[in-house]
Amino acid sequence: MSASSTPGAQRTDSALLQLSDVTRTFDVSPPWLNRVLERKPRVLLHAVSGVSVEIRRGETLGLVGESGCGKSTVARLIVGLYAPTRGTIRFDGVVVAGTGAESADPAARKRARRSMQMIFQDPYASLNPRWRVADIVAEPIRVLAPDTPGDALAARVAALLGQVGLAAADGQKYPHQFSGGQRQRISIARALSTEPAFLVCDEPTSALDVSVQAQVLNLMRDLQRRMGLTYLFISHNLAVVHHIADRVGVMYLGRIVELAPKARLFADPQHPYTRMLLDAVPDLEMSGVARTAVAGEVPNPLDPPPGCAFHPRCPLANDRCRREIPQLRPDPAGGEAACHAVEEGRLPVRVAIAGA
Amino acid sequence: MSGVRGPAGSPAPLLAVERLRVEFPTRHGTLIAVHDVSFDIAPGEVLGVVGESGAGKSLTGAAIIGLIDPPGRIGAGSIHLGGRRIDGLPESEMRRIRGRQIGAVFQDPLTSLNPLYTIGRQLTETIRTHLPMSEADARRRAVELLEEVGIPAAARRIDHYPHQFSGGMRQRVVIALAIAGQPRLIIADEPTTALDVSIQAQIIQLLKRLCRDHGTAVMLVTHDMGVIAETADRVAVMYAGRIVEIGPVADVIHRPRHPYTVGLMGSIPSIVDDRERLMQIDGVMPRPTAIPSGCAFHPRCPQAFDRCARERPELMPAGSTRAACWLVESAPATAEAESL
Repeated sequence: MSASSTPGAQRTDSALLQLSDVTRTFDVSPPWLNRVLERKPRVLLHAVSGVSVEIRRGETLGLVGESGCGKSTVARLIVGLYAPTRGTIRFDGVVVAGTGAESADPAARKRARRSMQMIFQDPYASLNPRWRVADIVAEPIRVLAPDTPGDALAARVAALLGQVGLAAADGQKYPHQFSGGQRQRISIARALSTEPAFLVCDEPTSALDVSVQAQVLNLMRDLQRRMGLTYLFISHNLAVVHHIADRVGVMYLGRIVELAPKARLFADPQHPYTRMLLDAVPDLEMSGVARTAVAGEVPNPLDPPPGCAFHPRCPLANDRCRREIPQLRPDPAGGEAACHAVEEGRLPVRVAIAGA
Repeated sequence: MSGVRGPAGSPAPLLAVERLRVEFPTRHGTLIAVHDVSFDIAPGEVLGVVGESGAGKSLTGAAIIGLIDPPGRIGAGSIHLGGRRIDGLPESEMRRIRGRQIGAVFQDPLTSLNPLYTIGRQLTETIRTHLPMSEADARRRAVELLEEVGIPAAARRIDHYPHQFSGGMRQRVVIALAIAGQPRLIIADEPTTALDVSIQAQIIQLLKRLCRDHGTAVMLVTHDMGVIAETADRVAVMYAGRIVEIGPVADVIHRPRHPYTVGLMGSIPSIVDDRERLMQIDGVMPRPTAIPSGCAFHPRCPQAFDRCARERPELMPAGSTRAACWLVESAPATAEAESL
C-alpha cells in the first residue's frame, strides 16, 4: 500500500493515524460584559474528551454515535479544521496536530496533510455551484502542486472522473446538472486528486437514497481495494457502518465507549450503550417484532452527568458509575469497552436478536 | 386478495384513493408527479409508503390532506374519507377536516411548531378549534395529551416553548398536536427521519400504540424500509410517481415481485448479514420531465425485455401482493381480473 511513506519518527506497528488523548473544548460562554454584570461563569463544551484510537493501514474504522456525540468533531480534528485543545494526532508517525506539532518537520507535516482528504455529508453544500466540475476536482492539485502543466492536469482530472464512474466530458458541467449520488462521486474524485492514503468520510451517504447509497458504498469499497486507501467512516447509521467498516468505535458524549472489530461489536456488544443502540436499529428481519425502546435521551453536553455519562440511562448503573469516569479497557470478548459493569463482570448475558 | 384493498374481513376502508393524479402545469407542458395512484387504508391499519426522493410519496400524502402547493393540483382521481369525497372541497371545509379528521406529522418537528408560543397555547388552540371546550378543559386535555405521548412532568412542561424541548420530545409534541382533534387518519411524512435511532424507536412505538388504542389509521411515508418493517401492516412501493408494488409488509420485504422492489431491498445494508457488495440499481430515478416510455423502470431493470419499453404494466396480482410488472403476468394469477 502506501509504501512511499514519510520517515516516521516512532512508527508503531502499522498504525497510519494515531490519536492520543485528544480533547477539544469549545468556549460557549456568554459575552464578557454579561459575565461581569450578571456574574455568569465561563462555559466550556467538551465536544471530544480524551479520545485515543489508532487506524491501521488499509482498514476502515467506523465511528458511530447519535447527534452531538462528537464524531464529526473528531473528523474535523483529524483533517486539521479544528486544533485539539489537548492531546496529539500523529499521521504516519509525524505529529500533525496537538502537543509537539510545532517541533515537527514542516515539510513532513505538509506531506502528511496532503495524504489526508475529507468527504463531507452534503454533496449539495460542499461543491461550489459556480465552478465547473473539472475545476472543482482540479482545485486541490492547483493548490498543492501549482506548477502542474495544464494538459497533465486535464488528463489527471479525466482519469479521476473515470475512477469514480463519471465521464471525462462531465468535467465541463456544473454541479446542479448532477444528482446527489453523482455529486458525491465528484466529492470523492476531488478527495482523491491529491493521491491521499487516508480519507475521512463524514456521513458520506446520509443525504442519499438507499439505492444511490449502495452505489457509493460499493464504489468506496472498490477504490479502497484498488488504491489501498484507509478510511475513517463516520455515520449514525449502524447498518452502513456494519457494511463498510473493519473495526468500529462507538461514541457517547465526546468519548469512545466501545472499540472492537466489527464482527465482535455487532455479535457481542459489551457496553450497555452499544447494546441499546443495536437493539434500537429497525431491521427488515424483525418484521412485527417489537424492539426494546430505550428510555431517556442524550444529556446536555454542557452539563454532562458526573461519572459515566451514560449512567442516567443505564440499567446497570451503580454508585461507582455515578462517581468515576470509566476508561477504555480490554474486555473479555476481544475489544475494548469503557464500562465499570464490563470490568467488574456485572454484565448480563445479552439475548441475541434476529440471529445476530 | 390483500392487494390494493385492505385485509379480507376488515371493515369498510376509512380512506379510499382512486386513480389519483397530481400535476404541475409549467411553461413546457404539464408535469405529472403522481400518476394513477390507488389504495385504501382500513381503520386501525398502518399503510407504509416507501420510495426514493422524487417518487411522489410525499405529494400523495399532501394531496390527501389538501396541502399541495400551487401551481400543483389534483388533476384527476378521487379521495374519499369515511365515504365522503374530500378532494376538491373548498379551503374553508378542508380546514375543518384537517386536524379534526386527518392529523399530520411531518419530518422536522421544529418547523411544525410556532417558536413564539408555548406548546400549551398551541395545543389548547388546536383543541378548541376542533372540539367545543372551555379554555380550562382544553388545558386539562392538553396535559392529558402530553402524558399520552410520553412527555414527563407534562403539567409543568406545558408552559415551555418549543426550543426548550429536545428533538424527540418536540416530535412527541407534534404527535400530540396531530391527535388533539381525535382524527381518524394520521398522515406521518418521514416522522422519524430527523431523529436519532434510539429516539426513533420510541416514536415508532408511540405511533403503533396510538393506532392500536384509538383505531386510528396511519399513512406512514418514509424512505426507511426498517421503519416500515416494524410499523406497517401493508406497504406500497412507489417509483416515478406510480405504485409499482403493494401488499402485506412481510411479503413485499421477503418476497418482492417487482424488480425495483427487489433492488431496493438488496441495496439496504443490514446489521445481521455479511455481504461483500450491496445490490446496486444502476442509474437514477427519472425526473418527471423525462419519464421513459412503457414501464418507467425499464432502463434500469436487469430483466427488461422489449415489451417493457413499449407497454406500461398495470398493477396485477403476484402471489400475495400486486406488482406492476410484465414478469408477474405469466405467474399464476388468482383470476382476479384487472379491474382498473
